[in-house]
Amino acid sequence: MSDSGNHNQHQPGPSLWPIGFAIGVACLLVGLAISSWFVAAIGLVLAVVFGLLWARDVTREVRGEVPEIEPETRAVAEAPAPEPAPAEAVPAAAPAPLPTYSRSRFLEASTIGLGAAIGAVVTIPVLGFTVLPSFTNLPDNDVDLGPLDSFPEGEYVIATYLAHPTQGEVSRRTVFVRNNGLTNTNKPSFTILYSRCVHLGCPVQPNGPIDEARSKEVEGVQLKPVLAASFGCPCHGGLYDSEGNRQAGPPVRSLDRYTYSIKNGRLVLQDLYAVGNVSGTGASAMISKYPWSVPGTHVDGVEAWLYPIVPSQVTG
Amino acid sequence: MAKRSSHGKLVETVVLRPLDWTDERTAVVRGTKWFLLRNVPRDSSWMQTLGSAALTAFIVQALTGVILAMYYEPSSAVDPKTGDPIAYSTIVTITNDVTLGWLVRGMHRWGASVFIILLYLHMGRVFLFGAYKYPRELTWVTGVLILATGMLLGFTGYLLPWDQTAYWATVVGINLNGTAPFLGPWLAQFLASGPEIGSSTLPKWYSLHMLLLPGALIALIFVHIYLVTRLGVSSPPWSKEAAGRERPPVEQTGARAGLVRGGGGD
Repeated sequence: MSDSGNHNQHQPGPSLWPIGFAIGVACLLVGLAISSWFVAAIGLVLAVVFGLLWARDVTREVRGEVPEIEPETRAVAEAPAPEPAPAEAVPAAAPAPLPTYSRSRFLEASTIGLGAAIGAVVTIPVLGFTVLPSFTNLPDNDVDLGPLDSFPEGEYVIATYLAHPTQGEVSRRTVFVRNNGLTNTNKPSFTILYSRCVHLGCPVQPNGPIDEARSKEVEGVQLKPVLAASFGCPCHGGLYDSEGNRQAGPPVRSLDRYTYSIKNGRLVLQDLYAVGNVSGTGASAMISKYPWSVPGTHVDGVEAWLYPIVPSQVTG
Repeated sequence: MAKRSSHGKLVETVVLRPLDWTDERTAVVRGTKWFLLRNVPRDSSWMQTLGSAALTAFIVQALTGVILAMYYEPSSAVDPKTGDPIAYSTIVTITNDVTLGWLVRGMHRWGASVFIILLYLHMGRVFLFGAYKYPRELTWVTGVLILATGMLLGFTGYLLPWDQTAYWATVVGINLNGTAPFLGPWLAQFLASGPEIGSSTLPKWYSLHMLLLPGALIALIFVHIYLVTRLGVSSPPWSKEAAGRERPPVEQTGARAGLVRGGGGD
């Protein structure tokens, strides 16, 4: 153990403990930065454990233990014959050639790996921020359309409202509401058609005169009674009957409808759903109801099986 | 005589020496010569200028777009002064009040169509001349990507005036994307920033229109023009001229020499 000994022996042997120590320290600092005692504690434990292991490794020589240092050799990709170990290697080296993994290859791999890890740490949250806000924390869809007596029995009312008042005018939507009276089980029945065409989403208009004299605004909801014989779309000529069934043009299903509930005598819109076909009218109508799907997609018939294979609903 | 030589000395000192000095450190003079001073086939014609025309149209779009961005505000909130959404109000201001705003907006609005039309004419010329063939396949591919990016720019830019045409055209466009198989509904919801267009849709499209897509387009244009410069202009199909540019021959071992461990050549 004098200075005249083999020069190699003064260098610490290759060790993985510093990496664990560094990860532990980083974890500890991150934990302190984000005020997470849990993360900080994990980091502290890692740092202490790996620090001790590292210290044990480094001080081996001082403590008199003979370190087993594997000699560093050049990478030899395919070495059929056992090559003799370099002459200056530690005498205790195994006679058979071990698979070698040189320092330069290790550094190369770790540089690329660390670069990829840093890149991922930076880009993944950014990508998440780009994409996820469109799908998460979406505002609640329930909309209060006001007291039931705003909707006289047996006629359509064009109801225009702000779906998300905090977003302002950009969230203005229109539904066609018809009070169907009571069903044969004495429950109130409403037909609530969404005004967006199920071809490509243009605003469908009722075909018939609007009763301007009885139009009013109740608690921010504009209400216009209309004699709707049918509904037509100005964009590509889609035509629907008074139940929302497709009559002509490019739409591939009937007008979307809203489920609703009645709370304290008020009509509340809930969820949008797709409609295949409606037979009958009013309170006795038979509606083939499907999960909502984007406009332009079939929900029933053979086409729904053939194309497109789309998840019926994104937001769930 | 003495005057001419002093003139030559002046040019040498003021122009050529600094150019040499710069080139020694950056290769910029050699690069410029490589880019600009190259032979083109004798019988190339005005037809081969359509690509440059499209590039010029894009530069006009970029410059006018930068100016428009100084006055436009992508907000769907209602401007209390006008009662209209702020985005639409700023468009009205640009068109009616800002000096020469009508001109810059008009250039941007019509230049968008000019750009796409020139891209199509350029593409048609390349197709009919067979200029997409070896070794220019990748020039064609990058050109197709430029066309796609240009159309995305048109799609995103169309919403920005935030009038009825813009709004409903975009609703239709988003729903068209929504009918694509598998990923369509997610794409539509991403584009609309929610199930339907809301207050964050317009800023998103503005950002796409003036940051992401122009950046992508500029990068693609650089690759495209690099390939054009490297490979040279092709001559028309009826030409007897040799086409293309001299390129250093590729070694038999290829560019892969030294690239892969144990792959030979290292």
